Amino acid sequence: MQPYTKHTSIAALMDRSNVDTDQIIPKNFMKKVERTGFGIHLFHNWRFLADNVTPNPDFELNKPAFQGAKILVAGENFGCGSSREHAPWAIADYGFNTIISTSFADIFFSNCFKNSILPIKVSEDQLAALMAEIAANEGVQFTVDLEAQKVTTPGGIEINFVVDAFRKESLLDGLDDIAWTLKHEDKITAFEEKQKQTLPWLWK
Amino acid sequence: MTKTMYEKIWDAHLVYEPESGSPLLFVDRHLMHEVTSPQAFEGLKLQSRSIRNRHSILGTIDHCVPTVDRTNIVDVIAKKQVDTMAANCATHNINLYGLDSKNNGVIHIVVPEHGFVHPGMVVCCGDSHTATHGAFGALAFGIGTSEVEHILATQTLQQTKAKTMLVKVEGKLSEFATAKDVALAIIAVTGTAGGTGYVMEFAGDTITDLSMEARMTLCNMAIEAGARAGLVAPDQKTYDYLEGKDFAPKGDDWDAAVAYWKTMVSDQDAKFDATITLRAEDIAPQVSWGTSPEQVVAVDGVVPAPSDFTNEVKAQACVNALKYMDLKAGQKMTDINIDIVFIGSCTNGRIEDFRAAAKLLKGKKVAAGVQAIAVPGSFPVKLQAENEGLDKIFIDAGWEWRDPGCSMCLAMNGDELKDGQRCASTSNRNFEGRQGKGGRTHLVSPAMAAAASVAGHFVDIRDLK
Repeated sequence: MQPYTKHTSIAALMDRSNVDTDQIIPKNFMKKVERTGFGIHLFHNWRFLADNVTPNPDFELNKPAFQGAKILVAGENFGCGSSREHAPWAIADYGFNTIISTSFADIFFSNCFKNSILPIKVSEDQLAALMAEIAANEGVQFTVDLEAQKVTTPGGIEINFVVDAFRKESLLDGLDDIAWTLKHEDKITAFEEKQKQTLPWLWK
Repeated sequence: MTKTMYEKIWDAHLVYEPESGSPLLFVDRHLMHEVTSPQAFEGLKLQSRSIRNRHSILGTIDHCVPTVDRTNIVDVIAKKQVDTMAANCATHNINLYGLDSKNNGVIHIVVPEHGFVHPGMVVCCGDSHTATHGAFGALAFGIGTSEVEHILATQTLQQTKAKTMLVKVEGKLSEFATAKDVALAIIAVTGTAGGTGYVMEFAGDTITDLSMEARMTLCNMAIEAGARAGLVAPDQKTYDYLEGKDFAPKGDDWDAAVAYWKTMVSDQDAKFDATITLRAEDIAPQVSWGTSPEQVVAVDGVVPAPSDFTNEVKAQACVNALKYMDLKAGQKMTDINIDIVFIGSCTNGRIEDFRAAAKLLKGKKVAAGVQAIAVPGSFPVKLQAENEGLDKIFIDAGWEWRDPGCSMCLAMNGDELKDGQRCASTSNRNFEGRQGKGGRTHLVSPAMAAAASVAGHFVDIRDLK
């Protein structure tokens, strides 16, 4: 996994709530057996006109000022619905590595960390302030410092965010979850041996 | 100290709790389908890792399967995904109910049919509707593909402990209100994010009165309330359902298992982090009007106006939904005409669902201009329905009687709405484009869907007598 480093990048504004994973990556693009190449389909149904090719000029991420954005600032309950990891794959492949919202759906939130994406939870007031700054100055760049757990903006907003210590470390180092777990394989084996004794029918 | 069912299952599966980091939770059963697994197998291969316990896995092929001629998958990318699933299962000797199996069907229908999930288990699948299996008192939840790979390699997951919510429903449901209506009524209260961070336990006499299939419908929709999982305490109905099934414990094991299962329920005075209460008598047949499962009203209600919402975000969501759904505030739900009707999915693709629909279709005809599609959740469901003569009732009424698959619930297999078409659907999500780009979905119970197919618009089934 790509280590997550401190960056200053364009923040794109998506002032919508309950953005579900069906919107992030519509199902017709989930038939591939690879992890890559989903970025061109990100938000397909919103992003393209009926011909499926022409960019929809009314869709916020198509604004020239938001091209190259790495930070997505969006409304509450981002990533709800389907568990498809194709959603964070598409987001990362498109170029985002940070999503800021007041809340995220559980499965999506945890999928982000597996794909070098940092989901940052902020308060309603903080989100409103960030959104206002982008709206007033499209193309503005925010700085995200995971090490210091801080988002700062040219407009003077400074947000200290919370992140699970283990997940933070994994993101910063680009660690492989499975390798970490396998270090504890003896404990898994011990658990299995005990379960074979106590609940033997599970192993028949 | 008293414990909830969730806490008991959690404690019984805790492998390791590091000082810093996520606890490792043991996973008893791993369910698999073609869409969310190929990248996990690929990941294992790249790292030269092996599968820890292939016996813990049961697979099916369901999302991309044509419901008319399954031998002919014309979409080459879908075909490759289906073939990859079959090849991965063959390579690793994983139990797969593939396209040519008489057991094939939608994963969350197939798994209970064979008794693969028991009370007190931890069950995962790369599919959010894994919540379905909470009906058996198992902690069952959806995961991403990286986590599928993690379970394949380690039989565990790094998990954070959820909060607990008691959803109490008491009283007697009317004969016209089903588990689907209960689920939608709960989501109307909690919203689609109300359950985020929680595991919900459904309790109360309304819930214990539900059949196992109805409990599956209810738990299936827990994810639409944002909950990580839904749970119903196992009881005699659960044991009766499981007894004798392929993967159920046998002989002396059966008695030991039941004795164990009886302990895996919430203690009498267990403390929950949140509680909500509903009265069954207040639950009318529901119809969703918007593009989120929380945008739902009773069938005798009207399409709401943005001004009905005090919350600014919900008011804006209403504006967006009315536009996408092409509806007007104040419109009666029973005045909304439909083009397509779909009965099926892991929410409502079981035998009881087809029985309920057939009851309303007997001797009736589908309205002119309406296409109606019945997709049994599995071949066993299809066979059972045919043995009961239900297929004839559907066909005589002008319905299409198809082969099993996820079909129009998420429209990956070619069964989809065209731009602007409106569908009465027994599935679980009414998101924009879920059933096809530009398609408009209204979530309902099977009986409501059947009645709508005959009338050509939504009907208050309480008025049909």
